[in-house]
Amino acid sequence: MLCSICQLNEAKVHLAQVVNGKVQKIDLCESCSHEKGVSDTAGYALAEMLLGISGAKPAEEKAAGGGRSQLRCPACGFTQADFKKTARLGCPECYETFAEPLAGMLKNMHRGTKHTGKVPRSTPAPRDPSEDLRALQAQLEQAIRAEDFERAARLRDQIKELKGRLQTPVATPP
Amino acid sequence: MSVHEFLASPAEASRRRGPQDRIVMSSRVRLARNLRGFAFPGWAKKSDRQRVLQAINDAALALPQLQGAFMGAMESISTQDKQLLVERHLISREHAARKEGSGLILRQDESLCLMVNEEDHLRMQSLLPGLQIRAAWEAIDAVDTGLEGRVEFAFSPVLGYLTSCPTNVGTAIRVSAMLHLPGLVLADQIQPTIEAVSKLGMAVRGFYGEGTDALGNVFQVSNQRTLGESEPRIVERLEKVLHQLIENEENARALLLEQKPKVIFNHVGRAYGTLANAHIISSKETMNLLSLLRLGVELGLFPGADVALINELFIVTQPAHLQQTSEHKLSADERDVLRASLLRERLRALPPPKAA
Repeated sequence: MLCSICQLNEAKVHLAQVVNGKVQKIDLCESCSHEKGVSDTAGYALAEMLLGISGAKPAEEKAAGGGRSQLRCPACGFTQADFKKTARLGCPECYETFAEPLAGMLKNMHRGTKHTGKVPRSTPAPRDPSEDLRALQAQLEQAIRAEDFERAARLRDQIKELKGRLQTPVATPP
Repeated sequence: MSVHEFLASPAEASRRRGPQDRIVMSSRVRLARNLRGFAFPGWAKKSDRQRVLQAINDAALALPQLQGAFMGAMESISTQDKQLLVERHLISREHAARKEGSGLILRQDESLCLMVNEEDHLRMQSLLPGLQIRAAWEAIDAVDTGLEGRVEFAFSPVLGYLTSCPTNVGTAIRVSAMLHLPGLVLADQIQPTIEAVSKLGMAVRGFYGEGTDALGNVFQVSNQRTLGESEPRIVERLEKVLHQLIENEENARALLLEQKPKVIFNHVGRAYGTLANAHIISSKETMNLLSLLRLGVELGLFPGADVALINELFIVTQPAHLQQTSEHKLSADERDVLRASLLRERLRALPPPKAA
């Protein structure tokens, strides 16, 4: 049996959970189960993982209760409630506006979280972050040779930060 | 010129042949694109949809591939003609329901068709006979490249092409093939086959796409995911699945003929009997029986018969195509009578099957 999330590896972790009287089952490979934090069964909801967007519910409920206002696209006025109703977005900018609720959803829907296909000629190609990393590492070596330790420390921090970002490819603010 | 005058005749359309078309009736690659700075069609104001339509029409007019193509606004196409387009699998039912602010660009050989302001600003497809998904991808890729110098598509380096529905974001590609699988259906192997294909992340749907029945043992297989995989990789994966399905279907047919020849002869003979002699017949029954007739032709039970005749009957017996032949508006009952008489007439040229 293949992993329900990546559809690539053999499923090793099998879960069943009763949500609203319905049994939901999911089979995961080791890396996906680790990534989804399944090993930590406390505070883990199958529904949230399967439905992705349900994590956004509390914010909306708060809005309904007169708390902070719900997400609204500044470009087209589309709201999160519209999205829930139609399962469509209002305009291209909505992908920025609703980045947070969309991130989990896209991850469950698709094979990956990053576009690897055709790029229109008019759009400059995205910079390869691993190239930036190599450039920073070269500068660090140079700084150490020059015994400029202040600069080396700054570069070391930048490298650490970039490496962290490279490990989590999609930008999902906590 | 109206759509029905522009379209190739059913006889001409059904003579188009392609590789492996015993089983693969057609191959299709569809790309969704949206213009930067405009709301998606479902949320845009009419004036914005009209600006998008104008911009896309202008860009399309400049492409060499679309010289001589039909270009029309949806409100200027009659309901009858829209239905013809749906029956030819050129536009979706959703697009047929659109009016002001939506448009259609279509090549006469049906190999390229662009829906403007359907669910996305632009849904363009290449449709080719037989198993040609690679060629279809190359054709639509070229159209896309031609357009991108003239309009700016909404694109994010991380998420790729941005689409109205998040299920299409990324490559925004839908690669699909229409398969005729009577062998797997008769051998009771279709359900496990559909399940196996679904496990590979592909969708199996009925004759008219999403949410429709598998009329006439025709199934549509397509990719489901669009983000995280490149277009050539998606094409390649679907191609592999299709080759496997072709092999399974051929095996099922060979096995049935070897182990249960009477079952096959019975199905084909009865289908022929009904189609050649009925006086009232529904569209659904016609499709299901024509499928068996097609199987009979392919298994050599009708020596000398041309499968193009069956393909043509698949087209001309559908409601809007039947209506096309009549001066006055036909009721469903009248259509069933007209369909039966057309079938009797056309099948006179086809002698009964030989069960040898």
